[in-house]
Amino acid sequence: MADVALQPRTARRPIREASRWDLIKANRNYLGFWFMLPAMVFLVLFLAYPLGLGIWISFTDARIGRPGAFVGLENYEWLWGDSIFWLSVFNTLLYTSVASVIKFAIGLYLALLLNENMPFKAMLRALVLIPFIVPTVLSALAFWWIFDSQFSIISWSLKQMGLITDNINFLGDVTWARICVIFANIWRGVPFVAITLLAGLQTVSPSLYEAATLDGATSWQRFRFITYPLLTPIIAVVMTFSVLFTFTDFQLIWAMTRGGPVNATHLMATLSYQRAIIGGVLGEGAAISNAMIPFLLAAIMVSWFGLQRRKWQQGENND
Amino acid sequence: MSSVQIRDVRKSFGNFEVLHGVSIPIEDGEFVVLVGPSGCGKSTLLRMLAGLENITSGTISIGDKVVNNVQPKERDIAMVFQNYALYPHMTVADNMGFSLKLRGAKPEEISNGVKRAAEILALTPLLERYPRQLSGGQRQRVAMGRAIVRDPQVFLFDEPLSNLDAKLRVAMRTEIKELHQRLRTTTVYVTHDQIEAMTMADKIVVMHDGIVEQMGTPLELYDTPANQFVAGFIGSPAMNFLKGKVKSNGSAGFEGPNGVKLPLMSAPANSEGKPAVYGVRPEHFTIADDGAEAEIVVVEPTGSETQVFAKLGGEQVVAVFRERHQFNPGDKIRLKPDPALVHLFDETTGKRLNA
Repeated sequence: MADVALQPRTARRPIREASRWDLIKANRNYLGFWFMLPAMVFLVLFLAYPLGLGIWISFTDARIGRPGAFVGLENYEWLWGDSIFWLSVFNTLLYTSVASVIKFAIGLYLALLLNENMPFKAMLRALVLIPFIVPTVLSALAFWWIFDSQFSIISWSLKQMGLITDNINFLGDVTWARICVIFANIWRGVPFVAITLLAGLQTVSPSLYEAATLDGATSWQRFRFITYPLLTPIIAVVMTFSVLFTFTDFQLIWAMTRGGPVNATHLMATLSYQRAIIGGVLGEGAAISNAMIPFLLAAIMVSWFGLQRRKWQQGENND
Repeated sequence: MSSVQIRDVRKSFGNFEVLHGVSIPIEDGEFVVLVGPSGCGKSTLLRMLAGLENITSGTISIGDKVVNNVQPKERDIAMVFQNYALYPHMTVADNMGFSLKLRGAKPEEISNGVKRAAEILALTPLLERYPRQLSGGQRQRVAMGRAIVRDPQVFLFDEPLSNLDAKLRVAMRTEIKELHQRLRTTTVYVTHDQIEAMTMADKIVVMHDGIVEQMGTPLELYDTPANQFVAGFIGSPAMNFLKGKVKSNGSAGFEGPNGVKLPLMSAPANSEGKPAVYGVRPEHFTIADDGAEAEIVVVEPTGSETQVFAKLGGEQVVAVFRERHQFNPGDKIRLKPDPALVHLFDETTGKRLNA
């Protein structure tokens, strides 16, 4: 029966050996190369080339409008003795560490809160994102007004309540200025941490919490022994990004204080911009920028080791 | 170990009631299986027993104590979840010892407890592994080990075998039953698989749409199902149902679809001419000259027995024979139900009519 139905109507073609071109066409590496090419071109043009150029310029005495000659490590030697540079390093480390720790704490708290069942959950989750979607410069300008020496709404409110008699010079005082820019950075950075950690929390199976509840765990113990260990990979990723973004922050500072008062809020990024673009000393500015690289590499190394697959994540995945 | 009393328990989610007054007495050391199709409320009831869901009304007591308002961890119960719920970042030993650790037990106390449970379940060589490195059956055993370590009053199992392959499921079934025979801990086991229920239970509770349809030993449920639902749910292949009416012509009898004559041992009182449903299990058909004529549709041999699908009075029925007949599709055979083993149900209420 079957052989009647399957009788070939035409003679079969002889089997042909695959040609070289056929093999190349079917080669996954060849195809993969073409898929990768656009991204590679993009990265080389806009990342590798500027980075290489920046490193080269830092070894020259280039100024705006003048190519400059190779001067070796002179720019770096000059920076080594520059107290303003070292102040900016201190500021950057302070800014990054304080802001990151607080962002992590508030972000984790918000994530845990938003992971609970509560009314208007979807709306609250969306609201948390607002600081993140407002353009940085806009929110910086808003903070600039909020912390204005004459028209600050905070000073005005405190005066109305009779708590202070004179305006607080938020952005004119060294300590206040640092607190203000850190506050603005936290306000802006918390949503990223909160939403990412929330996404991580939702991958934890509810039955683990139920099992832990039956095992006798209190809510603190459930966090300590279940949530936190299972969240560590996500925490490593989100905090690496948070630290990188904070360390290289520019917009917020530039819009609020321009590094003032007396360089108290100058970060390495803003100082580099000021020296290179405003001051025109490209070589020195580039050197300041490059000085950030070791710190950033260190942050990446920390997360690299933090992200190493833990022993419990290894092994076959057949669930 | 202790008894469990479930008295008139109801559960609503919002305005939607999923359990409509369920009462189940469970004796000390008994192995009770809650079985029913999905959505019947069996898992909800188990979770209420565990304290993971609150009780809308009615009471649940463990031992002499009503536990409606007792925290899960104070109820002294252990639960095995369908997905095992093993902590992925802890070794097998840590998983099993977690409850003792939370209780503040001393390290040697924990390791002794874990060791004892690991020996019972043959898990000793796996104690330092992580759940990811275990096979499905091993994970299942770890989940049971975690329950055993606690030495609880009551074990709760929530469909523990449904993630395993067929062969392993049969093996674990035996293992769980053997474990219960050894430990004699009161056990409540939820499943949708009636074979699991039949093979493991001391007492089966058949649930359907939030009520208890019938409660009893496996063989009681098989021999005298209280209604058509239980009759159809227990037994595999399922019982055949033929609609018709009681029609005694001298001796008791039943007129099936298209006037097929079927035997009855005795007609229930005042049932003459009444519409009813005639139930006969596939294994209670015999081939006999005075049987009703049926045309074979499909023959499925399984080796130990042969399932025959046939048209009887236009309705498809299934019969199971242990002896080997030479059947072919289209053959005419004469099927006779064993009158002592047939069931009669009310057509509208589904209630059992014969004794």
